[in-house]
Amino acid sequence: MYLGKVIGNVVATVKHPSYKDQKLMLVAPMQPDGSLKKATMLAVDTVDAGINDVVLVISEGKSASEILEFEKRVPIRSVIIAVVDHVDISEQDQ
Amino acid sequence: MKLGRVIGKVWATVKDPKLTGVTLYLMQPVNELDEPLGRPAVAADVVGSREGDLIYWVGSAEATFVLEDRQIPSDVSIVGIVDDKSTGGD
Repeated sequence: MYLGKVIGNVVATVKHPSYKDQKLMLVAPMQPDGSLKKATMLAVDTVDAGINDVVLVISEGKSASEILEFEKRVPIRSVIIAVVDHVDISEQDQ
Repeated sequence: MKLGRVIGKVWATVKDPKLTGVTLYLMQPVNELDEPLGRPAVAADVVGSREGDLIYWVGSAEATFVLEDRQIPSDVSIVGIVDDKSTGGD
């Protein structure tokens, strides 16, 4: 899983059936120090995450199909599974 | 999954039979500001995209599970056409 920040959402009427009734958010991968990477991803939301929320995203298809309770494999890979309240980074001497 | 822009089309008559009937588009992965991310890919399309469309695609094994009747040999498949995207005020 990786940390991400929800920066928006995506609306699509024409799509693969497995995406029907799924909330699709735009997520910027986030470094533990809070800086965001440019490679924005899309992820299906299962925890009602809102814009600017820090979230936990699982990015592996088998888990995604199981979390979203599909019987068979579906073309969904990234799923938001948690809204993060706080991240602690222990002080190491870099 | 990621956003992408359909920038061309690929025709191939001699190909894996499981790709029959699947359109192959040249697609440039982009971020929400339409800035290119990495190099273009050839993507299998099952949702009826057109050139110029902003789409979203899925990679790796999940790209093979886009058809009901069979798995297709693809590692990049277009799975949605974006109507609208909003990015919060930041």
